[in-house]
Amino acid sequence: MSLPDGVQRREFQGESALATRGDPVYGEPVVDGWRRWDPHRSKLGATLEAGLETGLSGGDGVLYLGAASGTTVSHVADFAGPTYAVEFAPRPTRDLLGVAEDRGNLFPLLKDARRPETYAHVVESGLDAIVQDVATRGQADVALSNREFLCDDGRFVGAIKARSEDVTEAPEDVFERVLDRLRDGYEVLNTARLEPYHDDHLAVVATPR
Amino acid sequence: MTGQGWFVGVDPDDPAAMGEAVRSGEADAPDDWPTQAVDAEFAADDDEYYERLHDATLAGTRAAVTEREAADDQQLIHAVRAAADLADAANELAERGTEWAGSVFEDVDGGIAGARDVAGRDPENATEERAVAVCQRAVDLADERDGVREYVDRQAPTVAPNLSRLAGPMLAARLIALAGGLGDLAKQPSGTLQVLGAEDALFAHLRGHAPSPKHGAIYTHDYVRNTHPDERGSAARALAGKLTIAARVDHYSGDLRPELDAELDERIERIRARDTE
Repeated sequence: MSLPDGVQRREFQGESALATRGDPVYGEPVVDGWRRWDPHRSKLGATLEAGLETGLSGGDGVLYLGAASGTTVSHVADFAGPTYAVEFAPRPTRDLLGVAEDRGNLFPLLKDARRPETYAHVVESGLDAIVQDVATRGQADVALSNREFLCDDGRFVGAIKARSEDVTEAPEDVFERVLDRLRDGYEVLNTARLEPYHDDHLAVVATPR
Repeated sequence: MTGQGWFVGVDPDDPAAMGEAVRSGEADAPDDWPTQAVDAEFAADDDEYYERLHDATLAGTRAAVTEREAADDQQLIHAVRAAADLADAANELAERGTEWAGSVFEDVDGGIAGARDVAGRDPENATEERAVAVCQRAVDLADERDGVREYVDRQAPTVAPNLSRLAGPMLAARLIALAGGLGDLAKQPSGTLQVLGAEDALFAHLRGHAPSPKHGAIYTHDYVRNTHPDERGSAARALAGKLTIAARVDHYSGDLRPELDAELDERIERIRARDTE
């Protein structure tokens, strides 16, 4: 599999780990300007670590849904082009603002990812990728309603959290149901479980159909 | 119906106005905004557009965060206490007003509903005028109580989203008020949350002449009240446990954890199943 331009494996104290170049954000180790990308703290990091072909490339226009305090989105903005970060909760968004101040290509938005009409006047069309990490019921619906931002051969790269849909059902059944719904608007290209980094999460790569 | 980019009609030298456009605008669908902005001479080229977009999103999002965070727990506490005072005052004045009105009018019922009925009547002499006016005041107090409750219903989910989902906005606000703040509630063990509002019973128990209270303010929650009395203690303990976790998530992280709902539903279902066995 290929890593996007701007993401490299680097040595950190003898260990090989993913890294991007940029200002440090959360106290991560930095060697020669490369920041270590911890897959335990980032589902996208775990997705790359799991060897999934994401189709992400350096300089991509990205819509990031569920940016939280900006840990992962800071790495994305390091290698991507214009990066729109949507987060719903005010407290993590305060941290996200700090991350965005140092990154001219990162645009933070306090918006609800289930209501794209509230940010469609800001986020441009024809983006190369959507990265999704939202802890809400109806994760497939969020992906479907945001499809309009993607270009025809764009990529959806998401982490589906089984417990957000249903805590009692077996994760495998939840994933099957979410993927079925996702197929209403996407062709699913790849999936992978994110253990041991994140329990009961499924990474999904899809393209609009 | 809106199809315009955020930058239309906005002065690029006014960060506050740009931020407001990002915050409050809408569009039915996205478009190639960078090209449109350059065509509209909002920016000279893509680079300048993204620079301005960066300023605008930082300004708008910072303002939105500040406003949302200003909806703080202390305002909620004032509102909860005001709602309780207004309810007491409205009931007391309605009793007095309807008692008076009953001596000068036919068919007067007690309570707020009775006062509302009297307030709609036409007084024909000085005595009736005063009795109707007192009832009108009681009705005004009851209306303001409803207004404050609506405020709590709106604000509590912003201040404590998870706690409000699990407990309902009013009970969430009451628990925050009883503890003295969301931070204080988050720091308490769940056994304390379980009996918040039952302090009299708790201290009677600690002095040694009463059983320990099973629940305080959380009694109003459906999961306690509508659980069989034999299992009510278990239900109260389970509910208090999840509410404590919710309060901690709200205070320390602020993100939504929808799985808490389902975990609580499942737990209560199991407890309720016991008494049918």
